[in-house]
Amino acid sequence: MANTSVDAMGAPLTRSRRGRAIRRRGTSGGRLASLLARRMFTAVPLLLVVSSFNFLLLSLTPGDAARQMLGSSGTPEQYEALRRQLGLDLPVYEQYWGWLSSAVSGDFGNSITSGTPVLESITSRVPVTLSLIVGSLLVSVVVGVSLGVFSAVRGGVIGRAVDALALLSWALPVFWVGSVLVVVFAIKLEWFPALGYVPFTESPQEWARSLVLPVTALSLGSVAAVVKQTRESMLDVLGSEYIRMAAANGVSRTSLIYRHALKNAAIPVVTVLGVQTIGLLGGAVLIESVFSVPGLGSLVVGSALAHDIPTVQAVAVFFTVVVVVVNLSVDLAYGLLNPRVSAA
Amino acid sequence: MTVTVPDAELSASPSVSPRFVRRLMRRPLAIVCLAYLAILVVIAVAAPMLLPHVGTERAGDLGTALQGPSAAHPLGVDSLGRDVLQRLLVGTRVTLVGVVEAMAVVLALGIPIGLVAGYLGGKTDRAIIWLADLVLSLPAIILVIVVLSVFPQSVTAAMVTLGVLAAPGLVRVVRAATLPVREQLYVAAARVSGMSRTYIITRHVLPRVMGPIVVQASLLAATALLVQTGLAFLALIAAPPEPSWGGMVADGVGALFQQPWLIWPPGLAIALTVLAFGLLGDAVRDAGTEGWSAKSALPLGDKHRSAPTRAAAAVPARINDSLLSVRDLTVSYATPTGPIRAVDGVSFDIARGETVGVVGESGCGKTTTALAIIALLGGGGRIDSGHVLFDGRDLAALSESELQAVRGTEIGYVSQEPMVALDPAFRIGWQLAEAVRINTGMSRAKSKRRAVELLEQVQLPEPHLVARRYPHELSGGMAQRVVVARALAGEPKLLIADEPTTALDVTIQVEILDLLRTLQRDRAMAIMLVTHDLGVVADMCDRVVVMYAGQVAERADVKELFGTPHHPYTRALLASNPHNQHNSAVLPTIPGAVPMPGSWPQGCHFQPRCARATDQCGSDEIPLLKIGASHEARCLYAHQIEGV
Repeated sequence: MANTSVDAMGAPLTRSRRGRAIRRRGTSGGRLASLLARRMFTAVPLLLVVSSFNFLLLSLTPGDAARQMLGSSGTPEQYEALRRQLGLDLPVYEQYWGWLSSAVSGDFGNSITSGTPVLESITSRVPVTLSLIVGSLLVSVVVGVSLGVFSAVRGGVIGRAVDALALLSWALPVFWVGSVLVVVFAIKLEWFPALGYVPFTESPQEWARSLVLPVTALSLGSVAAVVKQTRESMLDVLGSEYIRMAAANGVSRTSLIYRHALKNAAIPVVTVLGVQTIGLLGGAVLIESVFSVPGLGSLVVGSALAHDIPTVQAVAVFFTVVVVVVNLSVDLAYGLLNPRVSAA
Repeated sequence: MTVTVPDAELSASPSVSPRFVRRLMRRPLAIVCLAYLAILVVIAVAAPMLLPHVGTERAGDLGTALQGPSAAHPLGVDSLGRDVLQRLLVGTRVTLVGVVEAMAVVLALGIPIGLVAGYLGGKTDRAIIWLADLVLSLPAIILVIVVLSVFPQSVTAAMVTLGVLAAPGLVRVVRAATLPVREQLYVAAARVSGMSRTYIITRHVLPRVMGPIVVQASLLAATALLVQTGLAFLALIAAPPEPSWGGMVADGVGALFQQPWLIWPPGLAIALTVLAFGLLGDAVRDAGTEGWSAKSALPLGDKHRSAPTRAAAAVPARINDSLLSVRDLTVSYATPTGPIRAVDGVSFDIARGETVGVVGESGCGKTTTALAIIALLGGGGRIDSGHVLFDGRDLAALSESELQAVRGTEIGYVSQEPMVALDPAFRIGWQLAEAVRINTGMSRAKSKRRAVELLEQVQLPEPHLVARRYPHELSGGMAQRVVVARALAGEPKLLIADEPTTALDVTIQVEILDLLRTLQRDRAMAIMLVTHDLGVVADMCDRVVVMYAGQVAERADVKELFGTPHHPYTRALLASNPHNQHNSAVLPTIPGAVPMPGSWPQGCHFQPRCARATDQCGSDEIPLLKIGASHEARCLYAHQIEGV
């Protein structure tokens, strides 16, 4: 009886099943593609919102932005000139359209304070901020994941110590931690330079030395977040049935932890990393000021203080592009790690 | 229709009740946090009034500039000769005002929008969530700086912007908390009784979601504080001479080389306040989830698992010539109220190449016994006493690394749920090849070929294609074949199959059992088949162990057990087996349920459900009575019961 019953996997069904399998693989790739398409689709309104934000604010400003920028010292001629330069004599939507159409062709206008093209000052500073962010990201992944796995497997005292450390690094403001690092490691111990940045092209060794303290301060918070998430999901996965069943069939402890559990646990960690990277952008603004690092963060702060609106706006757009790229990478990593690629 | 029913349900609706507040107040940490924040508020209100000159003081006594703490200046003097303590106290106001402004916006936007999204659902919900995700992916600090470039030095503009950008975080939390509440009976009842939507949301839903709101709000308050102090540090708000905590850190950084002390007082003030917000949120969450059980422990054996210290030497290495001899196995699980026994003195043997069925209802300790054999109990389970003699060794006395060598290589294991037994992140072929590599020491290339062979042996068509799939791309029946293939990877002498067909369709069940039978015949492999289906036992097994409430109730050859069962439980099981029924008869069931571990009765564990029970059954432990050469039953009246 049993032998004659039609196998759901029997030969007669084979061809259609193969078709389904291929289709399935096709759709799982397709799902990733549609996820990416959706990201790109939301990137457009995101960029529009950020770039138009400024124009909206300027039109809402009581009085006139040009007046405000000049303060009480400006002459009427200066005032008119500034109005024309800012395009304030045009309606808001025309101002924005003008900015948008030249921005698309790479012209973000000139800095009000220095008169140089905004794009130039941004491109010269991108490597600096990128060094900081990528460095902090690497530290977060390496230190965060290893501490997280370690405290998940060991637990006990080490787990609690990691917990306390995570809480502390969350509570201490990043600019304050940066200052303390300067006191201890630059002033007292003189291991690293206190301030400034050395370009990689000048001296790779000095470049690395100048990055150690800012990257340490900047990455502390995201290390803590990665440790917490890694431990949570490692504990979760290690308690799952498939780990137990792999163990029941002889898979070694090392492989269970570092291959099976870690790959599964990495999926939510990637999401946290994405959020943390966006947080690092904000942290870089503060850290660059603490360490006098000439990156985009110190550029935007300086420009905001000097009311250099074209520069501020262009940096905001640039950061938004970075955010879009980060989210895209998170989606891609997610698709690589998780064969089920459930929609985010 | 009257509203008495919803009223009755309403009284049961959980919310931020006085009980919850009491629970919160029992936590010393929560009280400390609340007290600290209350003191801060008092300082923020009073200090600028009591020290009116501090707010605009540009410079103090420059002679004392950069002095450390002293009696006159408990927290020292800054670079312009001003008292640090006074500035810290007065600066509390602008710092807290920023937090309050941001939080007002977050709460005003987050709560209503989140409630609406969660309560209405559908398109409204999807639109709100899309927008929330969009806003959450904006670089918040940069946008705040954009605002400050247009509204210089405006704390309100900056913090309102931050509030708008942070509100979607609260929207998501409120929505997620509202979704399940909407489905609650008392909300449905309120809807049916004609209450207005607004009334239901504010009266019935809002109180229920207050807990998550408070938790999220305290975290956001901490974030707002960090942003406010950061902006003040950058002098984007609260410009000098106005004192603020962030600005004071900046002053301190400016004088870092001369006086490193100055960054400490404002830094600690910020850190303590952030901690107060964060720990308060934790305390609220913990008070809300009090009474939840802790996460189950790792099933992984301890790396340094010490071999049990009891007198293992007293046991002969081998009892008769069985492959597996379980002797007096007793297992208990650790619970918050102490250890609870789940398996109580179980003994049985499995000879080489033999199939032994272990039967019983759910909760009789069958799976626990099976997992105890390979020492993978997990969830706080441990072997209290007894021996698991396998091929000349006591597995219960082995170290974790020695056990690892036994698992897979000598004993294979097939579990109940094939869909959760395979790692979802790896391809089938890879998982099989790994099992082959570990259990046979084959090379990588060879193990890959072997994996495909194994898939062929479990009769999967197109094994090459199956090897390239992920577990989620398989049907239940295919997955169970893969699981069987993995268990065979190390060519084990014993296969433990724990309800291998329970989760499958009936036709697939038959095929998997056929497969097991074929494999056993070809490989002369012993099988321990755990099942609750006597039909399967009759079909597959040579001998049977009937378990009830952690004990062996009866042990016999399969023919004897079905022909002359001697335990009332076995008889009841046989009677309730649908395979034995004629079409006309009503299927008899065993009244009552298997008692949970920890609540086993005195004496015979089956006696409360037994028609034959007498007073004697409940007094002493019942021993296994010998009935035949290989037939035993745990019943005082075993000799009086015969035939079906």
